[in-house]
Amino acid sequence: MRAIRHARYPVKAVSESRTRMSVNPIPSAASTAPQASGPAATIDAIVVDRLTKTYGDHVAVNALSFSVPPGQVFALLGPNGAGKTTTVEILEGYRAADSGVVRVLGLDPRRDGAALKPRIGVMLQQDGLYPGLQAREVLDLYAHFFDDPEDPGALIERVGLSDAARTRCRQLSGGQKRRLALAVALVGKPTLLFLDEPTTGMDPQARRATWEIIRGVKARGTTVLLTTHFMDEAERLADRVAIIDNGALIALDTPAALTRIESGNAVRFTATPGLDTAALAALPSAANAWEDQPGRYVIETQTPPALLAELTTWLRDQGAELSELRVGHASLEDVFLRLTGKEMRE
Amino acid sequence: MTTPTAAHTPRAAVANPVASRGRSLARAVLAQTRTELKLTLRRGESLLITIIVPVVLLAFFASLRFVPAGAGAPITYLLPGILALAIMSTGMVSLGIATAYERYYGVLKRLGSSPLPRGGLLLAKGLSVLGIEIVQTLLLVALAIFGYGWRPAGSFWAALLVIVLGSAAFAGLGMLMAGALRAEATLAGANGLFLIFLMLGGGILPIDHLPGFLQATASVLPAAALTTALRAAMTPGGAVPLGALALLAGWAVIFLGAAATTFKWE
Repeated sequence: MRAIRHARYPVKAVSESRTRMSVNPIPSAASTAPQASGPAATIDAIVVDRLTKTYGDHVAVNALSFSVPPGQVFALLGPNGAGKTTTVEILEGYRAADSGVVRVLGLDPRRDGAALKPRIGVMLQQDGLYPGLQAREVLDLYAHFFDDPEDPGALIERVGLSDAARTRCRQLSGGQKRRLALAVALVGKPTLLFLDEPTTGMDPQARRATWEIIRGVKARGTTVLLTTHFMDEAERLADRVAIIDNGALIALDTPAALTRIESGNAVRFTATPGLDTAALAALPSAANAWEDQPGRYVIETQTPPALLAELTTWLRDQGAELSELRVGHASLEDVFLRLTGKEMRE
Repeated sequence: MTTPTAAHTPRAAVANPVASRGRSLARAVLAQTRTELKLTLRRGESLLITIIVPVVLLAFFASLRFVPAGAGAPITYLLPGILALAIMSTGMVSLGIATAYERYYGVLKRLGSSPLPRGGLLLAKGLSVLGIEIVQTLLLVALAIFGYGWRPAGSFWAALLVIVLGSAAFAGLGMLMAGALRAEATLAGANGLFLIFLMLGGGILPIDHLPGFLQATASVLPAAALTTALRAAMTPGGAVPLGALALLAGWAVIFLGAAATTFKWE
């Protein structure tokens, strides 16, 4: 459940200085095998350097920089309208950047689209399936666009659609369409896979199955750029997570490192809004206290058991409601809330 | 994935990149063309407008022995006009509406990040239009010969030239609507235009039978240009009026050019 499983990836020095330095558009020396050649010798699969995109007065992406080494699963995490899809669609070649530089597998997605497209797999937010074609027919069609495609029959089984292979797409459920769109993204054996909100509309079982597929893809050395607004998805799948809000990068690190910043010995609780945080901080066992969001409080302490006794007594004396109480490690959700002051999902 | 080195040096890894890319493109376009044709055959409304409507129109008016003053045998007059309507139904109505809905469903956008280039998609759509037109022409000509005693006349090559130009013009018009309008607006617009071209295009009712104020307008429409040129090519002597041919070519350039510049893929 916790992010410890991702700790095998060393925590990179946090983003800014690193990404600025790693802009290197030489394509030919790239390798997808970081284990073999070591991080220093590899060219990043994706480089985004001070990317900016505006629509009229609205700044969709604001001086965004990050890079993704080959073989990593990288998650762009942010609320709706944060600029995730705009960023991904610039990397896929759908839109031009207003300023800044992007390199995908060492190539410029706008200029070198013809060379890039055979090597990427794309899953858009809109599935883009022909309503009048059967699931298998869609996959067969896309298989013909690649020189060395996956076997469509095996792939359709891998995404759990064997029983629906002969169903027309307009009759598939939302989750089935999503899985077919994933299969279409995988059919060309991509070096780099873009997944824009891959599990939206799926039931919990299908989400877990999809996570397994993505892990399998990663195990073969494929680089994955994933956007999501599901915290658990980013936490379970991603080697590194970029949290973006209003088009700007606000944090970039491994899920473990991101949550470590927030953890330590903290007590989090939800109670009546507007409690006196100075009084909370003055509790004998409290080191510090603040109200994250109206009604959501965090108290730092060295001795959680003692603090809990003092806190519950204090709340009782105040006549305050207490609806949630938690000790210990933060989740990405807490990190996000702390960094943006926003709930992830409305 | 399994060959990371090759995957990162595509140009070096292929012995003859031009031939290989050509084969890849041909395979992709062929698969896309098959898909376009398959989808057309599955859409009942497409079959209705491209096959059933032209056949019924030809049979109905030829059986009525409807002969405009000054024209020869009814079938000699009607067949080119119905063939022109068939071209409009395929390029403008069927292709236009299908493409508009593909845009609406995000199919065109998704294809945009596949290795099938835009030009390959358009080529596949053009080939599928020609495929449908071959079926239409065979059906209508067979009906004319065996049902109404039509005998081929005029110049085959002139007729072919007119058909290709007319297909380009009306496919261009269909794509212009599909790429600029909402899917529902394309649906209504393509059917509305088909009705207007049926009335004012000279396919069934001669243009010179129209009231004076309509004649001038009708005679510069692309439908009249196609009908006039095709009818001329299919009469004994087979001289194509260069004016109608130039008008048709002009419309083709305008529609294809406007479609190319305004087409929105998403």
